[in-house]
Amino acid sequence: MDQHYPLFYVFHFYLFGVIAIASALAFVTRKSPVAAALWLVNTMFALAALYVMLDADFIAAMQVLVYAGAIMVVFLFVVMLLNLGHPSEIPDARGKWWKIAAALVGLALLSMVMTISRTRLPESLVMPRDFSVTQAAKYNAVGTIARPLFNEYLLAFELTSVLLLVAIAGAVVLGRGRESNAR
Amino acid sequence: MLAESLAISAVLFTIGVVGVLVHRNAIIIFMCVELMLTAVNLTFVAFSRFYGATGQVFVVFVMTVSAAEAAVGLAIIIAIFRHRQTVNLSDINLLKG
Repeated sequence: MDQHYPLFYVFHFYLFGVIAIASALAFVTRKSPVAAALWLVNTMFALAALYVMLDADFIAAMQVLVYAGAIMVVFLFVVMLLNLGHPSEIPDARGKWWKIAAALVGLALLSMVMTISRTRLPESLVMPRDFSVTQAAKYNAVGTIARPLFNEYLLAFELTSVLLLVAIAGAVVLGRGRESNAR
Repeated sequence: MLAESLAISAVLFTIGVVGVLVHRNAIIIFMCVELMLTAVNLTFVAFSRFYGATGQVFVVFVMTVSAAEAAVGLAIIIAIFRHRQTVNLSDINLLKG
């Protein structure tokens, strides 16, 4: 995109991008699950800031509420429940060669994904410039998502509710344990 | 800002993949999967900024699926821990040939 952005915008975009990547690196190098979870929360917050800068305010709010709020609390709850907060319990890799192999796989994947993200989309798919801004001004931040969600994707939305119901039932059945099954 | 968003997303996704490969703790591997899902969300949002709002709808779906996946996956981890007293994936080798 060859649009011109103000320096303020570009600076903060790069700032939050660097924060996200640095937090993700800190997250992946931690041995303690609690420290890893907290760094991942930091990544989620930086990504929420990027969503705001990409005019997806509602998604940013959902990111903070669902990921940083709900999912990571469930993770920390399980860490606490199973008493796994000690870092030295589990070695983090199978050895030096495995780490090197993982780094090489990561580099190969990164180069592939970078190459794919350089491709140009066909012009017929391209919306007019600042499409989402005008869309957000016409409806509001929620209406931009709610309209397609409840019109074109209504079936998928309803199936999502079934999925959540199945997940709740599955989590309860799996978490209940064997001794209560015997009754 | 599309190329920058895609680059950040690619880097985050790769960090998630490397974390899945390197770590042996099931809970940290689960968090790495969440990081990968979030990286894909950034791609969706970046494309929706320039190519229409449908991408944001898919982000909603991805978030729902990842929440469901976290609930079921952590319940499985709890069940495994109750059975084997560990979350180290090297020790969970019942199906290993």
